[in-house]
Amino acid sequence: MGTIVRFRSAVSLLGRFPALAGVDLDVVSGEVLLIHGPNGAGKTTLLRACAGLVAIGSGEARVLGHDLCRDRRPIRRRVGLLGPATFLYDELTVEDNLRFAARAAGRPVEAGLAAMARLGLDGRLRQVAVARLSTGQRRRAALAAVVARDPELWLLDEPHAGLDADGRDLLATIVAEAVAGGATVMMASHELDRAATLATRQVLMAGGRITGGVSDDVSGGDPATPDGSSGGQEPDSPPRWDRADSVA
Amino acid sequence: MWRDAGLVAVKDLRVEARSRVATNQVLPFALVVLILFAFALDPDRGLLARASAGLFWVTVLFAAVLAIQRSFALEADDARDALRLSGLDEAGIFLGKAAAVAAQLLVLEAVLAVGVAVLYNVALRSAALLALVCVLATVGIAAAGIVYGVVAAGLRVRDTLLPLLVLPVLAPVLLAATRASEAALDGAVSEAWPWVRLLTVFATIYTVFGVVGFGPLLEEA
Repeated sequence: MGTIVRFRSAVSLLGRFPALAGVDLDVVSGEVLLIHGPNGAGKTTLLRACAGLVAIGSGEARVLGHDLCRDRRPIRRRVGLLGPATFLYDELTVEDNLRFAARAAGRPVEAGLAAMARLGLDGRLRQVAVARLSTGQRRRAALAAVVARDPELWLLDEPHAGLDADGRDLLATIVAEAVAGGATVMMASHELDRAATLATRQVLMAGGRITGGVSDDVSGGDPATPDGSSGGQEPDSPPRWDRADSVA
Repeated sequence: MWRDAGLVAVKDLRVEARSRVATNQVLPFALVVLILFAFALDPDRGLLARASAGLFWVTVLFAAVLAIQRSFALEADDARDALRLSGLDEAGIFLGKAAAVAAQLLVLEAVLAVGVAVLYNVALRSAALLALVCVLATVGIAAAGIVYGVVAAGLRVRDTLLPLLVLPVLAPVLLAATRASEAALDGAVSEAWPWVRLLTVFATIYTVFGVVGFGPLLEEA
């Protein structure tokens, strides 16, 4: 399996604050990586860095073969980010937004319409302006926009937030389908009970670093090592935590 | 680039059509400014007619600032991230946004021209020249406005900073458009050409600069 994400001693400064303070991480194709840790640990910054939205100040950072230290822009068409912001246009209808999202990513309009149907937004909500949707419905529309883009790398920041039980089940199905289709998923979440069932590997972040990892890889390949990079683990062994000695 | 420009322009115009900010706020604002000028400069003294071209373009500039601010305010929760993540060509984003703002301004100018003719009692002698001046000046205003709009978009003080950034830059457009419009109103076409050339140069420079520089500005703003 190819390496989709490779970070080595990656540092990213937000102003003078090191949001990423030397991240070492490998994510291989087909993985569903769950990143968790306390607030301010750097999870969102790591996902934004993988999306090419945050500059890497030093170290090595490669995503889908692109060197983010040299040029972050080419990666953006190939990733899908579901974050706190919806990136939708409030005045436009759900359908308008998904048509635009699909076409902007170079996909046919039908991909947007299919994503709309997949997320259950093709009924009366289809012609409703996003501004008039509930929080959960907006979240579904934002997820539909990611589905419409059909990204190679899914970056999901608190994907369960705002979703009802059906939505969370649907998210699990969509993630599984994406991985089955060859995509890779990185997910930051505080809802470990839900997120852990989707993940094939987990890492812990604190202080802008990967400080530990646990693997639950059903395929038996590429489990985690304490530094968060892929290592080795018995396929049938239960998920376990490996904490790094020095927690930043 | 052209496909993305069309996509962005259609999207921005669709957002404006749905939100009706341009028709319910920007246009009434511009008409109110015209009326206030008419109150301040009594039409009976002939001053309004002589200053009508300058008042017209000052009003257009004020309205343009609102339209430019709106162009970036509509970009979801975070203008820069939404644009950067869209995957669209940056030059296409620039051209699309500039085209959408220019289209709105041209409609606004058509309405304002009628308002000027009625309120200020102005006769037009060269409509073709005035139309050419409006198109060139509008392209320059929209191109420069989007360039400075993206610079201000990432700042918390963007709403107050944008007029300070863009209005001084647009001073040559105001001057040239006013002089050329005066010539169009008087029917002195030959006097307009130096100003038309200036408008052409300004529009060309900022369009080229926007196509080349919008991407880096979007990254660094």
